[in-house]
Amino acid sequence: MSLPARIVTLLVAFAAVVAGAVFLAVYYIGGGPPTVNFVPEASGGQVNVVLQEDPQNTVTSRPDWVSYFVQDPVTKKWVHTTLFQVPANTRVNMTILGYDGCTPLRNNFWSRVQGTIGGTATVQQFKTVGQPLGVPKTFKVINSWSHCSVGHTFAIPSLHVFVPVASPNTKLFNSSACGSSPCTSGPHSMQKFSFYTPKTTGTFRWQCFVPCGGGFLDGNGGPMQTLGFMMGNMEVTS
Amino acid sequence: MAESEAPAAPAKAEPNHGLRIFLIWIVLALVADLLIWFLWYPHMPPGRQSSSAQHQAFDITVLGLAAAPVMLFVWTYFGYALINWRHRQDDDEDGPPIFGHTGLQAAFIAGTSVIVLAAFVFGTIELIVPAGAGAGEGPNPVWKPSGSNILQVQVIGQQWQFTYRYPQFGGMESTQLVLPVNRPVAFHVTSLDVIHSFWAYQLGVKADANPAVDNVAYTTPEHTGGFTVRCNELCGIWHGAMFNSGRVTTPTAFQAWARATELAEHRVGLLAALPPYSLTYDPTVIPQLGQEVVKVAGITGANGYYYPPQDPEQP
Amino acid sequence: MSIEIEPEKAQEPAGSGPARPRPARPWWMRPAFHTGIIGAVIGYFLGHWLGNMLSYGYARNALSDMNDFPLVLGYVIGTIGWLAGLGVFNDLFRQMAGKPVPVAEEEMDAASGLARYFRFTLDHKVVGIQYLVGMIVYFCTGGLFAMAIRTELLSPTYHIMSASSYLMVVGEHGTMMMMMMSSVVLGPFGQYLMPLMIGSKRMAFPRLEALAFWLTPAAYVILLSGVLLGGFPTGWTGYAPLSLQATEGMDSYAVAFGLMGISLILAGFNIFVTVVNYRAPGMRWSRLPMFVWSMLTVSFLMVLAVPVLVGGMYMLLTDRTVQTAFFANTLGGSSYLYQNVFWFFGHPEVYILALPGFGIVSEIIPVFCRKPLFGYRVAGAGMIGVALLSFFVWQHHLFDSGINPEMRPLFMLTTELISIPTGFIYLVAMGTFWKAKIRFTVPMLFAMALYFNFLIGGISGVFLSDVPADTTEHGSFFVMAHFHYTIMGGLIFAFMGACYYWLPKMMGIKLNERLGYLHFWTMFIFFNSTFLPLFAVGMLGQPRRVFEYATNLQPLNIWVSVSAFLLGGSILIFVINFIWSTVIVREKEVGNPWNSRGLEWQVSSPPPPGNFEHVPVVLSGPYDYGVKDALPVADLHPPVGVVSASYATAGAGVEA
Repeated sequence: MSLPARIVTLLVAFAAVVAGAVFLAVYYIGGGPPTVNFVPEASGGQVNVVLQEDPQNTVTSRPDWVSYFVQDPVTKKWVHTTLFQVPANTRVNMTILGYDGCTPLRNNFWSRVQGTIGGTATVQQFKTVGQPLGVPKTFKVINSWSHCSVGHTFAIPSLHVFVPVASPNTKLFNSSACGSSPCTSGPHSMQKFSFYTPKTTGTFRWQCFVPCGGGFLDGNGGPMQTLGFMMGNMEVTS
Repeated sequence: MAESEAPAAPAKAEPNHGLRIFLIWIVLALVADLLIWFLWYPHMPPGRQSSSAQHQAFDITVLGLAAAPVMLFVWTYFGYALINWRHRQDDDEDGPPIFGHTGLQAAFIAGTSVIVLAAFVFGTIELIVPAGAGAGEGPNPVWKPSGSNILQVQVIGQQWQFTYRYPQFGGMESTQLVLPVNRPVAFHVTSLDVIHSFWAYQLGVKADANPAVDNVAYTTPEHTGGFTVRCNELCGIWHGAMFNSGRVTTPTAFQAWARATELAEHRVGLLAALPPYSLTYDPTVIPQLGQEVVKVAGITGANGYYYPPQDPEQP
Repeated sequence: MSIEIEPEKAQEPAGSGPARPRPARPWWMRPAFHTGIIGAVIGYFLGHWLGNMLSYGYARNALSDMNDFPLVLGYVIGTIGWLAGLGVFNDLFRQMAGKPVPVAEEEMDAASGLARYFRFTLDHKVVGIQYLVGMIVYFCTGGLFAMAIRTELLSPTYHIMSASSYLMVVGEHGTMMMMMMSSVVLGPFGQYLMPLMIGSKRMAFPRLEALAFWLTPAAYVILLSGVLLGGFPTGWTGYAPLSLQATEGMDSYAVAFGLMGISLILAGFNIFVTVVNYRAPGMRWSRLPMFVWSMLTVSFLMVLAVPVLVGGMYMLLTDRTVQTAFFANTLGGSSYLYQNVFWFFGHPEVYILALPGFGIVSEIIPVFCRKPLFGYRVAGAGMIGVALLSFFVWQHHLFDSGINPEMRPLFMLTTELISIPTGFIYLVAMGTFWKAKIRFTVPMLFAMALYFNFLIGGISGVFLSDVPADTTEHGSFFVMAHFHYTIMGGLIFAFMGACYYWLPKMMGIKLNERLGYLHFWTMFIFFNSTFLPLFAVGMLGQPRRVFEYATNLQPLNIWVSVSAFLLGGSILIFVINFIWSTVIVREKEVGNPWNSRGLEWQVSSPPPPGNFEHVPVVLSGPYDYGVKDALPVADLHPPVGVVSASYATAGAGVEA
C-alpha cells in the first residue's frame, strides 16, 4: 500500500476505535437511572419523599424483577429510579407504599426499626388506593419470622437507618395483587417514618436487606444488585 | 559446557571491585536498617492498638530489616556496574568471558537459602506466639490465647453490612462493634450469603467470612480508641461501601453498653425474634416458620431458591 | 538374485504429501477473518436458539428474567462458527475424506502478502506477528479500563461511575490483562522466535498453533461483550458464590477465560513438543538459549495448570446454567472448592507471566554486555525450580480464608522457598554485568528496568508470604502493588524490550530510537511513581476493588491516578512508535543490528519462508561473547549427509 493509503487507513481505524471506546464509556459505563430532586420541595426544615416497591416492574426488560419507584414531587408520576436528592440538615418524612408480598428476612435483626425519629415506623394497610384496612399501627419491630409480614426493607447503612417495609394483607395479596407497575391500585401497606439528613453533603447508598432476587442463588442477585431496582443512592446536597 | 576458570587475579591497576561494592553496600545497609528501626518502626502499620497489631508491626519491621540490605545489595551492585563498566565510545571489544566460580554461586545460593529459612522460622514464631496473629484460623483454631475470660463476638457478614452478635450477652446483635480493652476477643466470622472478609485494620484482624463456615480469629485490644472495619473480599457492588467503625473502651463502659443494648433489644422484642446463637446460619432454614423455607413455595415470596420445590432432585 | 529393499520411510499420515495445486481464488472467497465473522454470527444465533429450546422451562429463568444457558451455548457455538469460518477445520475434514493436505513448509513457501495475516496460516512467523498485533490491542484495551479505574479513585466520595459500572470496569481490566497477557510473550516471541532459535524450520503442530491464536480474538470479543450485558461483579478471580449470584455478564467471563485457557494449553503443548523434538543437530540442552528454556518451562506450566482453570470455569458455568451446586455452601457444595481450583491454576499462572520475562532479559543482557551469560546452569535451574515450586504454593492466597491453620506455615515455607530460584536469575544477571561493556540501548534499558522492578515486586512477595504480615496486607493495595510490579514491571517491560530488540528480526524494520528512549524513561518513571505509593496505600488500610476509601488516603490516590494517566501516555508513545515505524516510515533494518550470536540472527531479517535454507548444524552456544576462538554459533550450509546421518534412526522425512 502506498504511504497516503496507509495513513488514511490508520486515521480511519483510529477514529473507529475512539468512537467505539467513547460509545462504550458513555452508554454502558457512564449511564444510569435518573435522579429525582426533592430539594426545591423542602420547607420548614422538612421534606416529604414517597417511594413504592412493586412485586414486578413492567417498564424494563426485566419484568419479573421487584423494584422500587420514586414519586416525582411535582408531577406526582412514578419514576423508575432509586436515586433521589434531598437537602442537608433536614427532616425527611419518608412514605413507602409496599405492594410486594412477604419474604422472610435473611437476618431477622433487620426486623427492628432503627435510626428513625422515635425508633418507630407507622404502618397503615390498604385494600386498594383510597380504601384503608384497619387503623395505622406504630411498630418498633416488624418480625418477619413470626408470620408473613415484611416485604422489603429500606436501609441507609451509613446513617444507621434500617426500616423493614411491611407487606400487604396476605389474603388480599394472594387474590388481587397489583400486576402492572408502577402500581396504582391493589392491596398495599403505607409505611411512614422520619429521619434527619446529616449536616454535611454526600452520597449515601441505600439498599434492601430482604433476599428478594427471585431465581438467583440465595435471592441476593439481580434486582438486589442492580441500581434502579432495589438499591440506590440518596444524595444530600446543600 | 566447558567450565574454565576466569583469567588470573585482576591486573595491578584494577581496583578491587568486590571490596568496593561490599563497603558501599554495608554502609547503605546499616543506614537503611537504622532508619527503619528508629524512624519507621514506631509508625509501622497497622499500629499498636492490639496484641496482634503489635506483633504484625514488629514482624513487618523485621522483614524490612532483612529486605532492605538485600535490595540495597542488588541496587548497589547494579549501580556500580552501570557506572564503572559502561561501554566506552572507542571500545568495540567483547567483555571477558567469565565461567565457573561455582564457589561464588554456591555461596549465593546458600546465603539466600539461609535468609529464606530464617524468615520462615521467624514468621512461624510470630504467627504462633500472638495466638494466630489475628488471622482467621478456620473452624478449628490451633493457636488460641490463654485465659478463660475470652470475649466471644460473632461477626456476621451479609451483603452489605457487618453485624455483630455477643452470645455472652443474650445473643444480642448490633451494628456497632464495641470491645473492652485488655481482654482477649475471639471473633467468629461467618457469612449469610457470599464471601466477605472482616478486616479490623487497627486491631490487626483479618478473617474471611464464608457462608456456613465459622472462621475464628483472636486478638487482645491494648489501647482504647476507635478502629475501622472494612470488608476485604469483593462481595458485590457495595463492597467498597461495606465498612463501619468500632471502638475499644474501658471494661466498665463496655459492660454498660452491652447490657443496655441487650436490655433494649429484649424490651422491644427483637431478642426473641433472633435465631438462637449458632456458629453458622443457614438462612434457608427458619425454624420459627415451622418448615424449611426453601421447600415451601410462596412464603419465600421472592422464591429465592435454586431448585424449584417440585424438582425431584433435591440435594 | 538381489532383493530390492525399499528404503525405510517414516509412516506418513494418510493424505499428507503434496497437495493438488488449488485454483487461485480471490481473497474474499478464501476463508479468512471475514468468513470467520460470518461463521461466528451464525454460530451465536444457532447456539442461542438451541439453548432456548433446551432450557426454556426452568422456573429459575422465569423468575430471574435471565437465561444463561442460551447465552453460553451461543458463545460456544459462535466460537466454533468463528473457527469454522476461518477454515480451521478444513484440513481436518480433508484428511478424514482421504484427500491430501498441505504441509507447513509448502504453505510457507507459497504465501506472501498482507492477506495471510488475516487467515488461518501454518507459518509460525505469520502467527507470531498476528499474536503481536493482537496482544498490543488487548493490552491497550485493558489499559483503557485501568485509566477508568484510576479516574474513579480520584475521590473517595464523588463518584463518576455507578457502583456496578465501577465493578464492571475493575473486572474487565483485571480479566483482560490476566487472561490475555498470559500469551503476551509466548505468543509473539515464543511462536515466532523459538523455532529459529532451535534451528527448526517449523513448529511441531502448526495447525494447533494457529488455532491457539485464533481463539484469542474470540475470547477478547466475548469478554468485551460482558460490558454490554452489565459486566460481572467478581473481579478477575470470579469467586463463588458471588459469581453464582451474578447476572449474565458473568457468563462472558467464564466462557472467555475458558477459551483462553484452551488456547494456552494448545500453545504450551505445541511449544514443548517442538523444543524436545525439533532441535537442530548440535543443539544440545546445554546450548539452548535461555529464552527457549523459559518457553519450555512455561509450556509445562500451561499444560499442567491451565486445564484446572478450564475445569473450574466449566463447573462455574454448570452451576449457573444447569443447576449443579459445586460452589454453593447451602446446597452441599463449597465456596472453598472454587478458591482452591482457581488458585491451583492461579499461582502457576503468575509464573507463566513471570518466567518469559526472565527468559527475555537473560537473552538480552549478554548481547549488550558483550559477555557470556554467567552461570548458564544456574539460570536454567532457576527457571525449572520456579516452575516446579509454583505448584506447591497456591494456598498463600487463602491464608485468612479459614483453611486448616496448620497448613499455613507449610505454604509460607514453600512460597518463601520459591524466592531462591528467583534469586538465581539475579545471580546470573549480576555475574553477567561483572566487568562487562554495557551498552545502553533501548532493549537493554528495558531489561535492566525488569531487574529493578522485579526486585521490588519479588521482595514484596516475601512480605506477603509471611502469614502475620499477610494479615494486614492480604486483599489490600499492597497486593495490587506487588503484582503490578512483578507482572507489569517484569513481564510488560520485558515485552517492550523484546519488541525493540526483535522487531528488526521479525519485520525487518527498526523502531524509532529517540521515541524508544522517550518511551522507556516515561514508562519507567511513571510506572514507579504509580505503583510505589500503592504499597503504602495498602498498608494504611485500603482494600482492593473499592470505590470508597478513607479520606486521609485521598492525596496518595490522587498522586497515583495522575501518575497512572501519565503512564498511559507513555504506553501511547509506544503505540505511536510502533505504528509510525511499522506502517508509515518502515525504515529497513536487515541483518544483525545488535551483533548478536543468537541463531535467529544468523538468517536474514525477516527470515526466509522456510526459516533456514538447510537445517543448520549447531556448533556452539549463543552466549560465547569474548571467548577466544569461539566457533560460529551454527553452520548454516552443512555438508550433504551430515544432517540425515544425525537423524539416522528416524529415517527419511527430514531434509538434508
